[in-house]
Amino acid sequence: MGREAPDMRFSFSEEQEELRRVVRRFLEETSPIGETRRLMETVEGYEPAVWKQLSQELALPGVQIPEAYGGQGFGFVELGVVLEEMGRALYCGPYFASVVLAANAILNAGDEAQKQALLPGIASGETLAAFALAEPNGRWEADGVALEAHESGGAFTLHGEKSFVVDGCNADLLVVVARAPGSRGTDGLSFFSLRANANGVTRRPLAVIDPTRKLASIRFGGARAELLGVAGGAAPALAKTLDQAAAALASEMAGSAQRLLEMTVDYAKARVQFGRPIASFQAIKHKCADMLLALELARSSAYYAAEAAGEGDFDELAMAAPLAKAQGSDAFLAIAAEAIQIHGGLGFTWEQDVHLYFKRAKASEVFLGDPAFHRERLARVWGL
Amino acid sequence: MDADQVRRDVRAWLEANWNPELSLVEWRNRLADSGWGCPTWPEAWFGRGLPIALGDVVAEEFERIGAVGTPSGGGMTLAAPTILEHGTDDLKRRLLRPIVTGEDSWCQLFSEPGSGSDLAGLTTRAELDGDEYVVNGQKLWSTSAHHARYGMLLARTNWDVPKHRGISYFAIEMHQPGVVVRPLRQMNGYASFNEVFFNDARVPAANAIGQVGNGWTVALATLAHERRSFDAMQARGRSPKGKGRAIDENRAEIAELMEPYKWYPQRAGRVDLIIERAKATGRSHDPVVRQAIAKLLSLARSAEWTGRRAKAARVLGRPPGPEGSLGKLYASEIARAAAHVHTLISGSDALLAGSDGPLEGLIAEILLSVPAVSIAGGTDEIQRNIVSERVLGMPKDPQIDAARAFRDVPKNLAGKR
Repeated sequence: MGREAPDMRFSFSEEQEELRRVVRRFLEETSPIGETRRLMETVEGYEPAVWKQLSQELALPGVQIPEAYGGQGFGFVELGVVLEEMGRALYCGPYFASVVLAANAILNAGDEAQKQALLPGIASGETLAAFALAEPNGRWEADGVALEAHESGGAFTLHGEKSFVVDGCNADLLVVVARAPGSRGTDGLSFFSLRANANGVTRRPLAVIDPTRKLASIRFGGARAELLGVAGGAAPALAKTLDQAAAALASEMAGSAQRLLEMTVDYAKARVQFGRPIASFQAIKHKCADMLLALELARSSAYYAAEAAGEGDFDELAMAAPLAKAQGSDAFLAIAAEAIQIHGGLGFTWEQDVHLYFKRAKASEVFLGDPAFHRERLARVWGL
Repeated sequence: MDADQVRRDVRAWLEANWNPELSLVEWRNRLADSGWGCPTWPEAWFGRGLPIALGDVVAEEFERIGAVGTPSGGGMTLAAPTILEHGTDDLKRRLLRPIVTGEDSWCQLFSEPGSGSDLAGLTTRAELDGDEYVVNGQKLWSTSAHHARYGMLLARTNWDVPKHRGISYFAIEMHQPGVVVRPLRQMNGYASFNEVFFNDARVPAANAIGQVGNGWTVALATLAHERRSFDAMQARGRSPKGKGRAIDENRAEIAELMEPYKWYPQRAGRVDLIIERAKATGRSHDPVVRQAIAKLLSLARSAEWTGRRAKAARVLGRPPGPEGSLGKLYASEIARAAAHVHTLISGSDALLAGSDGPLEGLIAEILLSVPAVSIAGGTDEIQRNIVSERVLGMPKDPQIDAARAFRDVPKNLAGKR
């Protein structure tokens, strides 16, 4: 009587909290920051043994993929929990590329047979997939797609160049967004899949500011590809995939930002100047309070977006995802900048770990579209 | 006692006793005698000793039948709980019933021109003269002081001990020659509060609430009740629907109580007006304005979701996370951002007020009311101290005044009048 039911849209279940604990423990053991430092210097940027363990023991690549396609059949909220922990650990691996981008692209665009054929490999972690949308023009929307798919007798070949492809050089399977010759805007867009080592595909790793997330440039010189779903009708699938990716990135960023704040507060408590821990100076305390304010907004918007994605409410997600992306990347970058400031001169050294997060923050600001791009989308959603 | 039993009991009592044609005071005397007006108070003092949750059940039944309850305002929400916790039986006997009936209203006499954030640095003095204290000094930000019968007064009774230990808490009669109440005009033109001057005002020693010298502890109890009543205020500013003498008198009482708060929505920045205004002025086409609006509304939505996370955790009985301590700072940030956006949207019209100004002067009122948000109820700076210390576990500033006799502590030089 008079007892209020908890609003589960704004809290995690016990099972979800347990998933968080399991993933956190696993990543603390297998992906400490020293490992991130080692892997970021390699071309591949990930440790296959850890990927295998993460796939076989924890089944994380399949967390959100339906059981019918070899996954665990949990929801987007669980995917968000995994990503938040990966962001916290600054985990290096092809998870975002394969599980968030490519798997959802296939789920959104593919027909039943294609999902049956392509998704189980991604879910088991044996197939590494990548999603190729952006091009050298750097745009993360339908308008930016210039790469053409030419049809001849029901078969398609791809012609053009993709860029900013996350883990493109690690991928076995590519999902590519292309357009029909002469089409414009959201018309004539289709998704295609092909093996990454197919004839006519040339991949090159790009030099990046955030070495914990590898990007590739990929040239398609008439490579043969399989159409996913319906020719020319991929615009809604693209919009969904991008919103899901933005929501997922928001969770990842919130996890990174949370860890940064913890590192910074710990440092400020230990660092003594003028005979006091610098954490006792209001100049530092107020900065940290502001970091917490930004962090909690980022977490709230990321959780809200994950919930909308989990419910399959794509209208709500079209508001929540750009909001969470813009809010989250602004918060992450502001927190990273203050984290370096509070670490002082040491914060600018290679030896301190803060810069690793700062680089991820700077890259995440632009990846999938910068905050101004997403706020303009919001203005339209809100009827301006 | 279970909820169903309480519901049956209060329902039966209300059906037998509620009569809208009684005078408000007659009706509330029935509430005081029966204990149903303040069911969570002790049985000995006008209550029924029920736990908070069952108090909610009683409130639901009052609402269902449309019966008038106890008064809103500082008497019920601040003075009475403080007296119940710390007052003598003599004080409870003299002071509580007229609070319950609404005959006596109360005001808070805490803040001073020289002590805002550092409330314990207050310098209003009370000196013993026979069995009375003589009070001299000045208070401000007192809502309702102009019609209050009693004030909750903090005054210094001992200057030779550290600041927190020399304060006493009194129930002082406001209607006496040594007390002068003046409206305090704010920068937005309203006078929602008062300043109160004490010039050899007198208060019986028997009116000390808690021990003399222990007033700080008692004040903290009042402040805790103030924080708790924040949420409740919105809900309480409503009278039951219907007709009858008691209801009419209650409506007038509430109108008087809410009068000082009529500009409060404006101090929050009126985010609700933004989109409509941007379209109406045509400024919605400007990409700079669009960015600013999207940023503001994102902030407002995320702050709301953060509040809902805190609430969900509370309902689940989980330990409070950081999200619960941040609402006041978000409110400041939102209000400031909203005032900025309203300015962008209004352009030169932001120069104009009153009937010449946009929305009949409402926009001007927003622009000139917003600074209150980051000050009232604890400045943003104090809030950031609290957040960094309690949530992030950062150390307090070294305190230079806490262990010295207050007489020897440097006193405020600015802001005195």
